[in-house]
Amino acid sequence: MVKALEKYGIPTVHVCSIIPISQTVGANRILPSVAIPHPTGNPSLTHEEELALRKKMMNKALEALSQKIDDQTVFKAL
Amino acid sequence: MAKRVVHYINQFYAGIGGEEKADQTPILKKGEVVGPGQALQALWKDDVEIIATIVCGDSYFADNQDAALATILGWMEELKPDALVAGPAFNAGRYGLACGTLCDAVAAKLQIPVVTAMYKENPGTEMFHKTVYILETGISATSMRQTAPKMAAFVKKLLAGEPIGFPEEEGYFPQGYRVNVFTEKNGAERGVDLLLKKLKGEPFETELPMPVFDRVAPAPAIADIQHAKIALVTSGGIVPTGNPDRIESANASKFGKYDISGVEDLTGEQFITVHGGYDPVYALEDPDRVLPLDAVRELEKEGKIGSLFNYFYATVGNTTAVSRAEKYGEAIAQDMLKNGVQGAILTST
Repeated sequence: MVKALEKYGIPTVHVCSIIPISQTVGANRILPSVAIPHPTGNPSLTHEEELALRKKMMNKALEALSQKIDDQTVFKAL
Repeated sequence: MAKRVVHYINQFYAGIGGEEKADQTPILKKGEVVGPGQALQALWKDDVEIIATIVCGDSYFADNQDAALATILGWMEELKPDALVAGPAFNAGRYGLACGTLCDAVAAKLQIPVVTAMYKENPGTEMFHKTVYILETGISATSMRQTAPKMAAFVKKLLAGEPIGFPEEEGYFPQGYRVNVFTEKNGAERGVDLLLKKLKGEPFETELPMPVFDRVAPAPAIADIQHAKIALVTSGGIVPTGNPDRIESANASKFGKYDISGVEDLTGEQFITVHGGYDPVYALEDPDRVLPLDAVRELEKEGKIGSLFNYFYATVGNTTAVSRAEKYGEAIAQDMLKNGVQGAILTST
C-alpha cells in the first residue's frame, strides 16, 4: 500500500516494527515503530508520557515526509 | 497399449479464426489431432495417443464458464481419457484462464492427470498454479518449439506414474508444496558451503529464494508541510466499533474509509482492532497506539501540519496478499488525490 501511494506521487512514511519486511517490499520512507502490537504507543508508560512519545514519533514522520530522498531511507524514530 | 489423452485448444489454434470467432461454442473433434496437438503427437509416437481434440472460443469460455465446463466435462466423462492436456496458452489471458479452469475441473471430477502450459504472467498461472501442473512457456507462440517437447515429456512421465521432480527440474510453476528430502550434508554444513562460495565470489544457488518485489521511485517530498493536508492509513485493522464494513481479521478482501472529523482522541469505546495477527489488548485499550490520531491532532493544532484529512483508511495486513494490498493502495491513492491529500502516514503492526 505504501508503494502504491508513493507511485501516485503521495509521499508516505511507513511506520512499522519489522523493518526488513518494509525494506524488502520496497517502502521508500521507513520509520521504525515501538512494537508490533503497539507501533505508536508504549503501554508501560503513563498516558501523558505515551502521548509525548507518540507526538515525537509523528514529528519524525512529518520530517520524513518533507525530506527529499533518492533511495529507500530508514529514518530514526527517537 | 498407448495412453489416451484429450487435448484442449482455443479457436485460434484450431484454425477456426481469431477474435471474430472467439465466441465459438465448444466442439468435440473425436479422433482428430489439431494444431499444436500434431507436434505433441509426433513426439509421443505410439506411447500416447490424442483420442480427441476439444475446441472452444476464448470469449465463449470466459463469458459462459459454467455452460462451457458442463459441456466439456460431459464429453470428458464419456471419453474417459487417461489425461487432459490443455494449450499451451503462452500469454493469452482468456485462453490461459480457460486452460487452467478446465484442467482444475477435470482433475477434480475425473481424478486424472492434467497438464497445461503458459507464460508466468498469464493470469491463469497465478490462479491455478497451486492445483494444476502448469509448465512455463515463453511469452508468445514463437516458443512453441521449446514448449512442445517439454509438455510431451512431462505428460508421458505423469502417465507412466513416474515420480515428478522439483519445479525447477521439471519446468512447472511451484505449487507451494514442501517435500522432505534426505541430503548428505545437514543444513549447517550446507549453509557454510553457501557462505564460502559467496565469499569466494563463486556462483551459488540459494535453497530458499526470497520473493522479488518491484521498486517505486520515492515520491517528491512535501515542500510546505505546515500547510499540507495529511492522511492516516493503517494495516493494523483499526475500525469503528462494530466493524461496519466487516473487514476480515486475516486475508482482508477490502479496506475501509472512516470519518474522524471532530474526533480528538481514539478511544476503545468508539474504535477497535479486527486484525487477527497480533495481540489486540493494547490497541483495544487505546487505538492511538496503532493509529496515532491524538498525536497528529495536537500537531495540527500546533500548526505543524496544515490539516489532518477528515477520514482515515484501514485494512488488515494479516496474510493479505501483496497484490491485493497494492490494489487497495491504488484505490486509496486515487481517493486521496481527489481530496487534496498531500502526504500519508501509514502504520503497520
